[in-house]
Amino acid sequence: MFDNIGQVVLLFWRTLASLPVAWRQREKVFEQFFEIGNASLLMVCVLAFFIGGVLALQTGPALVARGLPSAVGGIVGIAVAKELAPVMMAILIAGRIGSAMAAEIGSMRVYQEIDALRTMNINPIHYLVLPRVVAMAVALPMLVVFAILIGWFGGATVAAVNRHMMIPYAAYFGDLRNMVELKDVANGVFKSFCFALIIGTVSCHQGLTTMDGPRGIGRSVTKAVVNSIILIVMFDYILTRMLLH
Amino acid sequence: MNPSHQPAYGVRLEVRGLHKSFDGQEVLRGLDFVVEPGEIFVLMGPSGSGKSVLLKHLIGLEAPDAGEILINGDSIMTPEIAAKYRMALVFQSGALLNSLTVGENVGLYLREHRLKTPAEIARIVAEKLADVGLADAIQKMPAELSGGMKKRAAIARALVIEPQLILYDEPTSELDPLSSVVMGQEIWKLNQRTGVTSLVVTHDRDLAFGIADRIAVIDEGRILAIGTPESIKQFKDPLVEKFLKADFKRETQIKSL
Ligand SMILES: Nc1ncnc2c1ncn2[C@@H]1O[C@H](COP(=O)(O)OP(=O)(O)OP(=O)(O)O)[C@@H](O)[C@H]1O
Ligand SMILES: [Mg+2]
Repeated sequence: MFDNIGQVVLLFWRTLASLPVAWRQREKVFEQFFEIGNASLLMVCVLAFFIGGVLALQTGPALVARGLPSAVGGIVGIAVAKELAPVMMAILIAGRIGSAMAAEIGSMRVYQEIDALRTMNINPIHYLVLPRVVAMAVALPMLVVFAILIGWFGGATVAAVNRHMMIPYAAYFGDLRNMVELKDVANGVFKSFCFALIIGTVSCHQGLTTMDGPRGIGRSVTKAVVNSIILIVMFDYILTRMLLH
Repeated sequence: MNPSHQPAYGVRLEVRGLHKSFDGQEVLRGLDFVVEPGEIFVLMGPSGSGKSVLLKHLIGLEAPDAGEILINGDSIMTPEIAAKYRMALVFQSGALLNSLTVGENVGLYLREHRLKTPAEIARIVAEKLADVGLADAIQKMPAELSGGMKKRAAIARALVIEPQLILYDEPTSELDPLSSVVMGQEIWKLNQRTGVTSLVVTHDRDLAFGIADRIAVIDEGRILAIGTPESIKQFKDPLVEKFLKADFKRETQIKSL
């Protein structure tokens, strides 16, 4: 997968360099933005609720048994905000949106639509890549904020109803507020912004380099998702290390 | 003055020693020819002889292994070329953007380059689609069109550019005989009206001999014959003669059982 990492970096660089035309492409950015939201909002809610819930379930009974019920809100709060929401949502979006981007651009490549754009002197980076990367970079952090809130609520619900915990909502959120700082949330949101750039660039790159006709589209989609996930997990470590004070 | 009828001065196209291989397979083996400004140049040749590959080189989509392509003396590989000259390729498959309607496809060039106001774009799109007989298809998606309609829409999209050089890849291959004649007339009329240099790749002998100023026959990436339609008809080369005169004959003798 690292044979074309140079190309991906180059595409990312060119996309950054084309940012000044982003305003001209705002309609396409909005279109992509709403597509991302429509396609994933419900999934994000369900996933985030259960992630928060299972985290409370795994840690809560043990903490309560050791006389630390007040730690449940904090642990769920921090783990969801700093790690689970950004990473899980990025993986979800890579599978749901990154794949669709690679498939759409890949089919445009195979059916010579990209060649047609070039003959009309329309830059495919401005027309296709930039709106997708920008929309992704805006949408994913917003989805992650949403996911963090739902995740906390999922943890609270499980902590309240599970008979080994029975922690009231007010107590849980009070503990969470004591432990979680705004910078923890900002930390997770920042990571998700970086993941969004990875998903957008990798998926568009795979689409643009689709080869060997329609069969190549399937291969591009798979590679877009797998490469995005690998890079997300690697960058998760690097970014976490960087953000550690 | 009607802005869509500004004269587009044809450019001179020169091809020198053009070579191209794909994974060891030689597709173009040294092509040399010149298309003069305003000329209608027809390129014929058997399937797989490299015609579509040549057109992609002529518009800068493919880089040659050797040789050069000059537009009014400027190499096609220089980055400024696209801003300096207006060129259009009508793809063999049409290559319309499948996510846009026919009207949006035709207006794409003007919209993306902010050349006209939306109202003017709408007017030009309607006019160009009417020129190719697709006025009713403006709201349709490319997937809803027949092969021939796609090609006509692609031609409308090329016309909007007001090109100085237009390359047609088999413009009549999916049209019925009547529409083919109309298409040939349109190609000729556009050339007469604007002086656009036109290069037409086709298997359609009627079209070729009907509109061409000059014809070239290529096979296996080489030019076999080049000249006016009359001189091509007289050309003494078994391959060229066979290609130009090949005819389908029904077996008249049915062997009795
Ligand atoms: N991108 C490519 N990669 C590898 N080989 C290619 C590529 N494009 C074309 N070829 C090969 O080049 C040769 C010429 O193809 P081309 O499409 O130019 O034929 P053509 O003359 O346009 O034929 P037709 O009349 O059927 O359209 C074919 O053998 C084809 O396999
Ligand atoms: Mg062809």
